[in-house]
Amino acid sequence: MSDIAIRVENLGKRYRIGGKQEPYKTLRESLVDAVAAPVKALGSAIRRERNESRDNTIWALDDVSFVVKHGEVIGVIGRNGAGKSTLLKVLSRITEPTSGLVEINGRVGSLLEVGTGFHPELTGRENIYLNGAILGMKRVEINRRFDEIVDFSGVEKFLDTPVKRYSSGMQVRLAFSIAAHLEPEILLVDEVLAVGDSEFQKKCLGKMGDVAKSGRTVLFVSHNMVSVESLCSRGLLFKDGRVEADGTIQETIARYADYWRGQSRVELRHRMDREGSGQARALSIRILDEYGCETESIKMGDSFVVELQTKGTLDGAIIGVLVGTPHRPQMIRGYTWENLSNEVKLSGEDTVRCRFNCFPMMHGSYDIHVWIGQRLRNQQMLIDSVEYAASLTVEPWDLYGNGRMLDPLGGVAFCRIDWEIFSNATTER
Amino acid sequence: MADEVQAVPKIIIRPTDGWVAINFHELWEYRELLYFLTWRDIKVRYKQTALGAAWAVIQPFFTMVVFSLFFGRLAQVPSDGIPYPVFAYCALVPWSFFAGSLDRAGNSLVTSANLLTKVYFPRLVIPMSAVLAGLIDFVIAFIVLVAMMLAYGITPTWAVVTLPFFLLLALMTALGVGLWLSALNVQYRDVRYTIPFITQFWLFASPVAYSANLVPEQWRWLYGVNPMAGVIDGFRWALLGRQSAPGPLLIVSVVMVVLIFVGGLFYFRRMEKSFADVV
Repeated sequence: MSDIAIRVENLGKRYRIGGKQEPYKTLRESLVDAVAAPVKALGSAIRRERNESRDNTIWALDDVSFVVKHGEVIGVIGRNGAGKSTLLKVLSRITEPTSGLVEINGRVGSLLEVGTGFHPELTGRENIYLNGAILGMKRVEINRRFDEIVDFSGVEKFLDTPVKRYSSGMQVRLAFSIAAHLEPEILLVDEVLAVGDSEFQKKCLGKMGDVAKSGRTVLFVSHNMVSVESLCSRGLLFKDGRVEADGTIQETIARYADYWRGQSRVELRHRMDREGSGQARALSIRILDEYGCETESIKMGDSFVVELQTKGTLDGAIIGVLVGTPHRPQMIRGYTWENLSNEVKLSGEDTVRCRFNCFPMMHGSYDIHVWIGQRLRNQQMLIDSVEYAASLTVEPWDLYGNGRMLDPLGGVAFCRIDWEIFSNATTER
Repeated sequence: MADEVQAVPKIIIRPTDGWVAINFHELWEYRELLYFLTWRDIKVRYKQTALGAAWAVIQPFFTMVVFSLFFGRLAQVPSDGIPYPVFAYCALVPWSFFAGSLDRAGNSLVTSANLLTKVYFPRLVIPMSAVLAGLIDFVIAFIVLVAMMLAYGITPTWAVVTLPFFLLLALMTALGVGLWLSALNVQYRDVRYTIPFITQFWLFASPVAYSANLVPEQWRWLYGVNPMAGVIDGFRWALLGRQSAPGPLLIVSVVMVVLIFVGGLFYFRRMEKSFADVV
């Protein structure tokens, strides 16, 4: 058996611009095109330059090359739209590359979504067979592992109930259980762990860990740096369709964090990498210390204020400020709906102040993400979201005023702790 | 444990250009998926409908009643000396299979968009399962046909042994046209709206309500350009007897079916690579 599981050489994938989908053509357009083609061909020689500038395409993957050895577990990280998912789609043969070559040695199982092909009218039992077949399992294989799958999912009581009567959590559990029992030599996984309740997530991570340890080759795309770091040994960082970094997982995550730190220095109003409808936008962000002065760093345990300037009118607004690290983007989060009694209205140009009292995190660097949503008639919509909008440094501090600093490796958060120690000898008598 | 002994498969992914060969070996590897998708289509259809299997009969049966009344009784359309209801129903059984398959296969890729964008498998499996799922309806409608033949006292001749051939011909026609429509539908959503029109148009261009013998002898072979003419003529000959074996018409039909089918396969394969990006 060859040592190499996946070899990717100068891989490229081009899409028409306007989302990742090519727009549907109508039959009429194509007929018109066909008739017009000879005329265009005549003119195109003359107007070649203009035609090329109108050719709106993007390279979702651009000259990507790397080699994966058997048994390697690789984390693929990068921003949204960096090409991670396109890479998995090409490797799992869902879409064809525009250029380049991929060589894969071994049976490939791909898991781009849990529960692909689940049919709500069919029972759990029936869906296990259907979904298994869709994922490429043979019937004998499913038969052999059927009990294990049911056991892992914990839905044995409802096996003969149509899946449409399941709660969404149960559906996800069943779907993941089927997927987790695939046994290909090479497994391609896309963010499927971000599902279900936290207990089940732990179970899934454990299962993924088993898979990783069993010597199989895994390519794992995720935004969750904690799970990437704990599962993978090597990392690939993608940026704009290219491989930006390829090294140990720690190195790669560090590079990714550096990149984001750079982003947070770009003024908020110039940031283009936003998500949401844009009805309202956060245009600037400042961090103010306890004296109301703009700052980039505070002492451990200090309070600070995140001040946003927003533009755009919005009824039923929800504003969130999230603080975390690249590993855990959401360590502390505050949303207006959690403790504001009246509805938030943005009237055009507003100032939003969010005060974090006695910030309880250990010293280190923290990232601040901004989120604006809207809730109307119980529907929640994303209006504006900017990751890494600002960064904050928490300076070490002599918390107990005795000249000793806290050990930063000892935890992620702190609080004032009092000790009481006495001997039990006197009470025992 | 044959699986374990198997050599490690090697996959090469590279851009393909133009026409692609059909990978029969891979199609065979995925036969279980074909089976499961067909099974799903059948199961879901009978779970969701109140009348279930009855639908397989209701449609051709009532069409037969209306045809018998207006074409058979009032318009006095000749039926080759066979009682008109059996004459019409015998054609409606393969016709319903064909029309139903066309509808399901034509829309199959678009309705399976979630599969196309998330999992790899030979895409041919999807329209194939849509056509195969219609076979259950065919069998049910066919049982009613047998009952009608008994009621009218019609016994088939030795020609009945050729029936599987005509069923295969109907299947290939449905799949051939279905392949074209499904692939076109991904690219051009107009196709969805043309399918009912095509079906209606095709019904009147096929010898369902009338006999193929209405076409003058010297031009009859040309009628075979409509492959369903060959299929229906064949069904009537195989089951009801009393007419001469289909000759040149059938040969032309078979040639047409092969052309449509093989052309459909290659067109489908050519378009296949863009399905996930476009659908």
